[in-house]
Amino acid sequence: MNNQYLREELIRQSGVNPKKCMKCGKCSATCPAYDEMEYHPHQFVSMVESGDIEPLLQSESLYKCLSCFACIERCPRGVEPAKLVEAVRLSAIRKQGENRMTANDVPALLDEDTPQQLLVSAFRKYSK
Amino acid sequence: MKVSYFPGCTLKNKAKDLDMYAYKSAEVLGITLEEIENWQCCGGVFTTAKNEIATKLSSVRALKEAYAKEQSLVTVCSACHNVIKQTNYAMQNDKDFSDTVNRYMAEDGGYFGETEVYHYLEMLRDLVGFDKLKEKVVNPLAGKKIAAYYGCLLLRPSGVMKMDDPENPTIMENFIKALGAEPVIYAQRNECCGGYVSVESPELAKKNSNAVVRNAKAQGAEMIITACPLCKYNLVKNGADIPVVYFTELLAEALGVKEDTNE
Amino acid sequence: MQRVGVFVCWCGSNIAGTVDVQAVSEALKSEPGVVFSANYQYMCSQAGQDMIKEAVKEHNLTGIVVCSCSPRMHEATFRKTAAAAGINPYMVEIANIREQCSWVHKDIATGTEKAIILGKAAIAKVNLNTPLTPGESPVTKRALVIGGGIAGIQTALDIADAGFPVDIVETKPTIGGKMAQLDKTFPTLDCAACILTPKMVDVAQNEKIRIFSYSEVSEIKGFVGNFDVTIKKNARYVKEDICTGCGACVEKCPMKKVPNEFNLGMDNRSAIYIPFAQAVPKVATIDPNACNMLKNGKCGLCARVCTAGAIDYTQKDEYINEKYGAIVVATGFNPISMDKFDEFAYNQSKDVITSLEFERLTNAAGPTAGHLERPSDGKSPKTIVFVQCVGSRCDACAEKGKEYCSKICCMYTAKHAMLTRDKYPDTEVYVFYIDVRTPGKNFDEFYRRAVEEYGVKYVKGMVGKVTPEGDKLKVQASDLIANKQLHIDADLVVLAAAIEPDKSARPLATMLTASMDTNDFFTEAHPKLRPVESPTAGVFLSGACQGPKDIPETVSQAGAAASKVIGLLAKDKLTGNPCVAHSNELMCNGCSSCEKVCAYGAITYENKEFRMPDRTTKIRRVAVVNPAVCQGCGACTVACPSGAMDLNGFASNQIMAEVDAICK
Repeated sequence: MNNQYLREELIRQSGVNPKKCMKCGKCSATCPAYDEMEYHPHQFVSMVESGDIEPLLQSESLYKCLSCFACIERCPRGVEPAKLVEAVRLSAIRKQGENRMTANDVPALLDEDTPQQLLVSAFRKYSK
Repeated sequence: MKVSYFPGCTLKNKAKDLDMYAYKSAEVLGITLEEIENWQCCGGVFTTAKNEIATKLSSVRALKEAYAKEQSLVTVCSACHNVIKQTNYAMQNDKDFSDTVNRYMAEDGGYFGETEVYHYLEMLRDLVGFDKLKEKVVNPLAGKKIAAYYGCLLLRPSGVMKMDDPENPTIMENFIKALGAEPVIYAQRNECCGGYVSVESPELAKKNSNAVVRNAKAQGAEMIITACPLCKYNLVKNGADIPVVYFTELLAEALGVKEDTNE
Repeated sequence: MQRVGVFVCWCGSNIAGTVDVQAVSEALKSEPGVVFSANYQYMCSQAGQDMIKEAVKEHNLTGIVVCSCSPRMHEATFRKTAAAAGINPYMVEIANIREQCSWVHKDIATGTEKAIILGKAAIAKVNLNTPLTPGESPVTKRALVIGGGIAGIQTALDIADAGFPVDIVETKPTIGGKMAQLDKTFPTLDCAACILTPKMVDVAQNEKIRIFSYSEVSEIKGFVGNFDVTIKKNARYVKEDICTGCGACVEKCPMKKVPNEFNLGMDNRSAIYIPFAQAVPKVATIDPNACNMLKNGKCGLCARVCTAGAIDYTQKDEYINEKYGAIVVATGFNPISMDKFDEFAYNQSKDVITSLEFERLTNAAGPTAGHLERPSDGKSPKTIVFVQCVGSRCDACAEKGKEYCSKICCMYTAKHAMLTRDKYPDTEVYVFYIDVRTPGKNFDEFYRRAVEEYGVKYVKGMVGKVTPEGDKLKVQASDLIANKQLHIDADLVVLAAAIEPDKSARPLATMLTASMDTNDFFTEAHPKLRPVESPTAGVFLSGACQGPKDIPETVSQAGAAASKVIGLLAKDKLTGNPCVAHSNELMCNGCSSCEKVCAYGAITYENKEFRMPDRTTKIRRVAVVNPAVCQGCGACTVACPSGAMDLNGFASNQIMAEVDAICK
């Protein structure tokens, strides 16, 4: 099954073992981007584990994760949900033409105080 | 003492203050920051995927250069610190990763995370000592209530950063105390400002930044200090109504070298 | 030469499934010394044992080899069979062809070959066996109970009830433990003090029981039936036998700002104090770190107001030596520190408390006289959030928390939530849970009542962050069923902190040479069949020192531990294990190597007179093993450089014969 391959690939490249999850929901409780997300950190863990990955690949949620590592830090089971979110996001944007952000988008984002850090970080997260 | 220094992209542009005050203050404290030659941008955020190699090479180059000079590597920017420490940790602990990286950079022997990486705050705590810093203060900031804003990048993941307790940190508070001011403890100090998602979803950054400022003020803060240009940007842009300054600026002020730097 | 009988067991299909038992018994028939060899479906059955007895009679056997399961299972069975047949029980050897053979092999040929080899080794050994007779040692008919909580109290009362004297050693100034701090007890909601304090009084009044309060065990020597214990009685600067507990000194003491441990620091006590009204013994104790008189010689007020003349500022720590036949560990538990969990802001706000602090806040004898008030400002909380599993069920590699379920939190949280709604119906009460675990008589019914009758809002999810702001605690949490993140402005947050063994347990385990698990809970001799005994003979376990437990379970285990102690103390003499070390004094050079490796202190030295070849005598220092203390571990036999140490039943020549038989 295609999904099975993708599931294993996501688990391998993220280094996350979703089986360790005890479904307590602390990741989603601590997530500062929760309300912006359609699928929440705990759902990423359980949906990747069950192979239900397609909806995640299509979801805007991929671009709302702040990589702030709060879920990683506070998960009692050491599951590291943000690493899975990142792995799914990479799967989405590594496809040709699927970059979330391109250089053409930059001028619109700038104001006179915009730190370079903001742009390089966004590029790293949104483009391949 | 001489240490290698990685300034980072923003410190040479929009956050020149953070950089200049860091240099000047370090000199006063007996530490010379030697800028890494030809450093390249760290990328701003660490990519956690194990098969992301190229994005981490600039950090490895900086680490290798410090290693070659037998120096510790110091960073000031929270983001550089986070990326470089995570990369160094991967070089130490992920053999597949370090093997691949070393093959990429095969020209001169292997690197396995030998360099000690310090955030400037850690340098103050561990190499200078807050006691010694306190002695060097000429303009104590007495009576000022200052909120330390850690954000997400300084402390997490704590197992890798090994900087401080990720939920109950003290390093910036002790820094504030050493400068003679009074630290304000508030729960949002280690929550994210919104980071790079401010390009994607400015409302999210606004909500998060406002929560941080509101909480700091509610707990009595008159000023917020940060080590991260993006934190400062988000907090200020989203309407912080108390000053948000780089910790190095405060340091330079207390050490009496702020004016020199500005000249 | 021995006359050996070999008995190969099928263990139904457990062995016979992967070992050709017929081939094994045939092959072993021709081994040296074997005069009889047979196989049978279940050697441990009555018929199987009878078969052994008959063979002994018929073939005049002097040694027996049973090829069967692990000796841990049935060695004792077959030794008894041998004894009944008139053979010394130590002439029996077991070849483990189940756990170490049939269960681990899939191929019959391999399994059979290995079973034959294991049988040959056992035969080689039994040919060198000698009859052994266990020694005997007397039993001191007194028990020591370490810890005076409900576990220790119940164990002591039950032992005393059987007529044996018991001493309780308690580090605190009073017995009572955690239960004395509780308000109500689940699931029946009877008041903890109402059911505990009568037991405390029983202890005080029982002539068979002595209480060493404010004391600790400082040294333990000896062995089952004969423990030699030193108890350190810390100076309390009050003569216990004279103090009447009137409390006049407590009243007059000017140092009134000492954090009160009994109320978990939520109010203050004086430097001289009685922990609570029903304390046993009800005598005052002076805290040397807070008392002005003890610190700088200024004050002395308590001595002046004490009409009984009980105050003694010169009192010193006292050491008491006592002998015991049995020791019960009842050191209990503590909630873990919340320092590492500051996402819940425990260190940032007084209104974030642990469940044990909540008990004190609702207890009529607590700092608020039982009125539920916020510690910060004394206001009544209108919204309370309870967080379950704080520090429990964490990943083993996590840097904070415990891997196990603390077991008691689901029920006490339901109790707290229910009682709050009962007494303050206008209070909103949320409980965040991962799972609600309520196995126990009337437990789930209790939890359901909290939800259905009292309207406690149970939310499946976890709290991720607590932000104190103004006079509110902003709680950010997940509701997994509604798929929402909740933001609750709470007045009080109560953390169900994981529990861990008391810190005194680890050093105590070292003194007792009793084993512990990685969490510092004492290990039982068998998790199912010997749950109240430590693997160290004569040491018994009572209460939460062995694992998280609620009160009913603790009391059951306390009674069980007491019955094991009574069983031991009822004996006049104990039969030892004859498989102990002995030293060949002609070979011993007195080097002390064996003494250094002996974990049990079983080896001493004595100077002995030896006749030399030239008819002179010479005094030499030689090792002597106390067979009652020796556990037969064999460490000394390996350490001995001259080969003087040997182990009965596991002599070097026997082991070598086994190895030779296997390698042949």
